[in-house]
Amino acid sequence: MTRPTPRLESTFPARNVGAWLLLAWAGFLIVPWYIVEGGFFSFGWLADFASHGPAVLQGLQGVPWLLPLILPLLAATWLWARRRTAGLAVAGGLALAWMAVEGLAIIHSGWGFSWLAELAGTKGPVQPGMGWGAVLYALSMLMLLAADFAGRGWCKGDRFVVGSLLIVIATLVIFVAYPLISILSSAVRDNSGDFAPALFSEKLFSGSIWSVDCLAGGRNCGVAWNTLFVAVLVGLFSTALGLALALIALRTQIRAKWLLRGLSILPIITPPFVIGLALILLFGRAGIVTNFLSVHLGIPRSRWIYGVAGITMAQVLAFTPIAFLVLVGVLQGVSPSMEEASQTLRASRWRTFRTVTWPLIRPGLASAFLIAFIESMADFANPLVIGGNFNVLSTDIFFAVVGAAHDQGRAAVLAIVLLVFTLAAFLIQRQWIGKRSYVTVGGKGDGGVPAPLPRGLRLGAYGIAAPWLLLTIVVYAIILVGGFVHQIGRDNTPTLEYFLTAFSIEKGVGGWFLSGSAWPSLTMTLTLALIAMPFTAAIGLLTAYLLDRQRFAGRTLFEFLAMMSFAIPGTVVGISYILSFNVPPIQMTGTGLIIVISFVFRNMPVAIRAGLANLGQIDRSLDEASLTLGARSFATLRRVMLPLMKPAIVTAMIYSFVRAMTAVSAVIFLATGRFNLATVYIVGRADVGEYGIAIVYAAVMIVLMMVILVGIQLLVGERSLGRRRAGAEAMPIAA
Amino acid sequence: MNDSTGNDSTAISVDAGHPAVRFEDVTKRYGGVVAVDAIGFDIAPGTLVTLLGPSGCGKTTTLRLIAGLEQASGGRILIDGTDVTALSAAERDVSMVFQSYALFPHMDVMENVSYGLKAMGLKKAEVEARAAEKLSLVGLSGYEKRQPSELSGGQQQRVAVARAIVLEPKVLLFDEPLSNLDAKLRRRVRDEIRGLQQDLALTVVYVTHDQEEALAVSDRIIVMRSARVAQDGTPRELYNAPASRFVADFMGDANLLEATVGKHHGEVAEVRVGPLSLDLPHRRIVPGAAALAVRPHAVRLAAASDGKGAIEGRVTKAAYLGDHMEYTVTTVSPEAELFATDADVNRPHAVGAEVAVRLDPESVVLVAND
Repeated sequence: MTRPTPRLESTFPARNVGAWLLLAWAGFLIVPWYIVEGGFFSFGWLADFASHGPAVLQGLQGVPWLLPLILPLLAATWLWARRRTAGLAVAGGLALAWMAVEGLAIIHSGWGFSWLAELAGTKGPVQPGMGWGAVLYALSMLMLLAADFAGRGWCKGDRFVVGSLLIVIATLVIFVAYPLISILSSAVRDNSGDFAPALFSEKLFSGSIWSVDCLAGGRNCGVAWNTLFVAVLVGLFSTALGLALALIALRTQIRAKWLLRGLSILPIITPPFVIGLALILLFGRAGIVTNFLSVHLGIPRSRWIYGVAGITMAQVLAFTPIAFLVLVGVLQGVSPSMEEASQTLRASRWRTFRTVTWPLIRPGLASAFLIAFIESMADFANPLVIGGNFNVLSTDIFFAVVGAAHDQGRAAVLAIVLLVFTLAAFLIQRQWIGKRSYVTVGGKGDGGVPAPLPRGLRLGAYGIAAPWLLLTIVVYAIILVGGFVHQIGRDNTPTLEYFLTAFSIEKGVGGWFLSGSAWPSLTMTLTLALIAMPFTAAIGLLTAYLLDRQRFAGRTLFEFLAMMSFAIPGTVVGISYILSFNVPPIQMTGTGLIIVISFVFRNMPVAIRAGLANLGQIDRSLDEASLTLGARSFATLRRVMLPLMKPAIVTAMIYSFVRAMTAVSAVIFLATGRFNLATVYIVGRADVGEYGIAIVYAAVMIVLMMVILVGIQLLVGERSLGRRRAGAEAMPIAA
Repeated sequence: MNDSTGNDSTAISVDAGHPAVRFEDVTKRYGGVVAVDAIGFDIAPGTLVTLLGPSGCGKTTTLRLIAGLEQASGGRILIDGTDVTALSAAERDVSMVFQSYALFPHMDVMENVSYGLKAMGLKKAEVEARAAEKLSLVGLSGYEKRQPSELSGGQQQRVAVARAIVLEPKVLLFDEPLSNLDAKLRRRVRDEIRGLQQDLALTVVYVTHDQEEALAVSDRIIVMRSARVAQDGTPRELYNAPASRFVADFMGDANLLEATVGKHHGEVAEVRVGPLSLDLPHRRIVPGAAALAVRPHAVRLAAASDGKGAIEGRVTKAAYLGDHMEYTVTTVSPEAELFATDADVNRPHAVGAEVAVRLDPESVVLVAND
């Protein structure tokens, strides 16, 4: 009998380690170590090799602290020649540690830490941000680290798994943890960068944040109380509305499919501030309803909508669909046979609901409340548009940075307060999800029919839901129509003026060109969102794979770090990126790259959720079968897992694209004149009162995204999207 | 075939060449839980060895340790004389047939069977030739283009077997291969697996919790109990000479009666059970208290009037199963609930009837107290 060639190989991965070593040498000897003005890919540095030199040249020309980096490289090469992996981790670890130390200690303006300057008594040497040479070098060192760990039997000795785990952890540390630490560090410093704990506590406990004057008849309460107050209101209203809608959708004769479908798509494709905008057009001083009331009933115009009322209304309208989605999932989890059991035990409908259904969905209600609560706290655009003089934390952070005050310390302190609130809610919510063990999530089909609602409850649900539905329809009608009339409410003659200003295409000297004012930002947004899309899906699904299929020390911590970005409000991300990536060692502000990165890490949890839901349906024995058949983990991932994860890939791509298109809060800090974004442009128009263009642009975006979603749905079929919704339940989407 | 291995689980067989699989003090811990506790055994090439035990005894973990799907926490695992302890599943020359079959749902039958060959990087023509050969071996020629979902459970399992043997592995592993089949199919598939193993002289390790299945297919059975090997031997040895009360109980529903062993006379000893006195092989069990394992068919029931020198009992349950009767008999001395079968279905004992209980000395065996 012919035996197959033995699958054993020498345990030293000579080719793999050799390739990474080669890359590390290239990063050190050839590629420019520092960031290149004008961009690496312009290849201008080739002509000016001396001043944009690789680390070795720079090291000989006055930045001697780069020279030690050659030692780990030599050591690793020696180990490679000796065919040993043990020890590579030491070399790689030392190299990365030294890069971190020299990178943080010496920045563009001298010493990176004030105590170093005091110690040395000089301003210190300077260096620009790291470039591609440094990236290549660091990446290779990380992979040498992985080779050593794998050789020691980590993750069953699988280099691919250890390597991807290290890469994901490294990116999370750089793009999630490091920015958060930067917030902390700038919160405890004054504007000149000196350590100032007294100033910190003064800012942290300042009356503008915590004052309770309004209770004692004063004019304003602290911004923290404002935020909490609105968030609790929005949480309560959204949960109640979401429950009413979920009951109607699942437990009444209506069983409206269109309701389910519409509600699950709306919050995804609607840019967050659009609802605030529509409310202004309805209830603002010059709004349609206000006009009507003032002309026909003589009710005086007022500015009541600008403030708590407006923010709450806008957010309840915006976040009810999310609460609804969570509660639909919870309600579907209540097995009908339990309600049937209750009824066969002679319980009335009302008693069944009260004693069986209600206790079962109670943890879900808490979860929905907390998600709406987090969303409300994180929401930036609605308070910006409709908040008037009523400040909340997210807008205050923005104004602390862009306003006349320009107080980064204050912005950092506010960001910490906001972060503590949302993280606390996030932790409680996770705890709740973890303990909702008695919600029946059996895989087996359940033949029962859900009990119909008691009459009183049904009417109550209709009563609560109907006004909300009506308002939602009116809001979307306003948005779709509002941009095509002169001044909605006042002068309702149709016009294409706004549309043409924004989206005209003219024939000029060199042929057709996009002359409308909205085109640059729209194409830029599309470009950046498209670039971010595959990266978000890749890193999110890889993370999901590691979480679901691998066991390693610190997995819980890893999962927490990965999912935490759900709960980090966009404004906090924005301010933290500005604080950490404005200066070396990683200098990226003002580039498109930082916007793409913020898209990737803001939307990664969505891809993780989609991946986890999908992986949960793929039996583990499939990967094991592939492994025992001689396919290594990477081959298994490519040939077995990826084909089976198509639904998750599609979902992750759609979500990351659409969410990138509609994001405001983080990117409003990062967008620049050259890299302007659609949402930022719209908010800017609305801010200066050009509602026509803002509305027309928002309508175009909603329609565009609807077309994209429907197109993909037709392309890949109904099934995968339907499954995604079930998997996407219970995800807080911090705006 | 290798019937020579004795009861000592760490015995090293000295027949020609290496054992196909050798475990040396292998331990697997999950945190503080020990799933496999310093076990050792050898599996001779060309034999079918069954890992048998109740759920949670560590038999599946042992199988996965051979496959490389779990990494040992301690000890050494050798396959064909080579230390594979640190190798991953992909690097070991071992294939596995999974309980769920684990057919790739996005590939047709041919693609499933040729998967391992492609992963090895063989040429397309060779891949197809070898895969087709194994498919015909399991009787599925003509099914190449079917999707797994279009096959019956039995057919799916044959695909899984073909997919595993196509690599001609040194060891083939089966994880409860019959558990997803209905009762009628089980016997047939069981015989097919045994036939295939003998025709191809495969080394097979087979996990099951069903003692009848184990007795039917195995050259050797390793009985496991709470992470350790309870006994290792041929089916006949396990049935006739259980090393412990646990094995006696597990291998065939034996009734365990308290017994007293008297003086040894050569190979036999006088054993007293209640009023009964039997001359039985003592199996080196020292005089004193011991247990007597009594198979259900070794319990002979007679009318109470016939009760001189017998154990007195009362029928508490009686069930008619077509070709035999099943009884539960409560006795006072020794105090026991005896499970008995009786081929006489025409003159059943009624529930409540007093009966005289005797034991067939051919079908009872003395077991040391644990």
